[in-house]
Amino acid sequence: MTAVTTKRPRQALSGRRLREWLIFLAFVAPNVALIVVFTYRPLLQNIYYSTLNWTLGSKFATPVGLGNYRDFFTSGEAREVLTTTAIFTVATVGLTLALGLGVALALNRKLPGAGFAQATVFAPYILSGYGVGLAWLYIFDPNIGALSAILRDVGLNSPEWINSPRWTLTMVIIVYVWKNLGYAAVIYLAGLQAVPGDVLEAADLDGAGPVRRFFTVTLPLLSPTTFFLLVTTILNSLQAFDLLIAMDKLGRGARTLIFDAYLTGFKEQSQAGYSAMLSTVLFAILVVITLIQLIVVERRVHYR
Amino acid sequence: MSTTTAPSRKLRLTPLTVRDYLVLLLAVLVVVLPLGYMILASFKGAGDLATTDLVVFPEVWKPENYSEAAVKVPFGRLFLNSTIVTVVGAGLKVLLAILTAYGLVFCEFPGKKYVFWGVLATMMVPPQVTALPNYVFISSLGGENTYWGLILPGLATGFGTFLLRQAFMQLPYEVIEAAHLDGAGHWRRLWHCVVPMSLPSIATVALVNVVYEWNDYLWPLIIITDPAMMTLPRGLTLLQNSESAASSFGVLMAGTVMVLLPILVVFAFLQRHIVNGFTQGGVKG
Repeated sequence: MTAVTTKRPRQALSGRRLREWLIFLAFVAPNVALIVVFTYRPLLQNIYYSTLNWTLGSKFATPVGLGNYRDFFTSGEAREVLTTTAIFTVATVGLTLALGLGVALALNRKLPGAGFAQATVFAPYILSGYGVGLAWLYIFDPNIGALSAILRDVGLNSPEWINSPRWTLTMVIIVYVWKNLGYAAVIYLAGLQAVPGDVLEAADLDGAGPVRRFFTVTLPLLSPTTFFLLVTTILNSLQAFDLLIAMDKLGRGARTLIFDAYLTGFKEQSQAGYSAMLSTVLFAILVVITLIQLIVVERRVHYR
Repeated sequence: MSTTTAPSRKLRLTPLTVRDYLVLLLAVLVVVLPLGYMILASFKGAGDLATTDLVVFPEVWKPENYSEAAVKVPFGRLFLNSTIVTVVGAGLKVLLAILTAYGLVFCEFPGKKYVFWGVLATMMVPPQVTALPNYVFISSLGGENTYWGLILPGLATGFGTFLLRQAFMQLPYEVIEAAHLDGAGHWRRLWHCVVPMSLPSIATVALVNVVYEWNDYLWPLIIITDPAMMTLPRGLTLLQNSESAASSFGVLMAGTVMVLLPILVVFAFLQRHIVNGFTQGGVKG
């Protein structure tokens, strides 16, 4: 529509335009209002809480500035919690991607029954983390669990999954990978199906064996998929909570940053200010990872 | 995924095929066996549970585990609560996503791009980070142990808006323009053109949110303390805390089955849509 220069139509146009703006606002207002009240407002409030010495439920709070941050980072707690978080994240992400790729390679052959296998492997991803944790807790139980019975049959003693913090963390990592593996497999499968067949054929004609073809052609072509999965699974692992609390109620072995924030804020001494500091640290980490993703994706778009 | 195999291609039992079948078989077993074991365990009594031997099938079937679980925790009520929260929560989320996405695609506004980024950026804020202030806020309004307190804070939706905006942008513009010229206003165009043409995408968003609401754990854990108001996963915590003896694992597994099975049944029927939904956005919720 070209603008008309006489006076009256312009007024009509601006009136119509204003109406259009109001309609837009009416459409987006409910969602935007909820987002402001329940996402952005608490996000800022959480940062404010993190500067308080405040017990949840108490009417009184003392401002301590960055005191909570100083306490956390100068005590041994930061090292312990961040180490647990790092071990959990690196182990779950690494195993999920490696095993997911393995399953995807098998699925990609499109053998009869592959569709069923794909759906089955994906199913745990959409199950309640809490329920999955409980189901596996019974299997892992060192006394009456199925796993300990099987290990005993082959002459091994069951590890102390429940009482040893390191074994508890290992157990939680195994179950978390079990739950998320199918997601990585499906995403990798889509990536594999986009690998052009003629490139692989050319490599075949050049005398490259299947192993070499995989490492020199397929894997590099999959690198955008790998990068996407790397970012999403890191973000998901950092937010894992249901499964952790189901299997390690008191947080003795799997006390990651997010789990620590819950336990200090809502259990134990209900230190709300300290807990808010912990979730602010977590949020900062999530923002940094997301920004790295945006920068890398941007660059890749430009290079092409 | 279309599996249009050429008719000439026959399945040959090469070593590679055998290897891939073994991988797939192993992967399927690793998923199915623990879930099957859980279901069997939910029918086991003390004798089959409190033993160091491997008991796969119960020697004595004990379906009473389910009624016992329902005595300790009001599972019937919990099932109802979970259903209400899931249907209302997911329904409203879809509605909000439809309205927001329509505004973003078909209406004019000078700062539209920034509104979109503001909505999108919420996907970066995990509910755990906002849980404490939201708890303080909702409980100050008296929302503890209520349906609205359970549902309201989770309604804001970045994921659904994002997915539906993509879908709406791909609709044939001429059809909507034709409706416009026929004198249909925005509201009519939305419900008579845009929504009917986008049903697969809307269903996908709905399914993802149904799964998310059903499984949601942290918020119900914080905001609900009254057993009569708990959702199923929240009720499992109560059951877990009341069942400490190893012999009562059967009751706990019965409760777990009640949480996991409905989603598995829905998945069995709609797996393609659900897989698509969860892998398109790359984000939960």
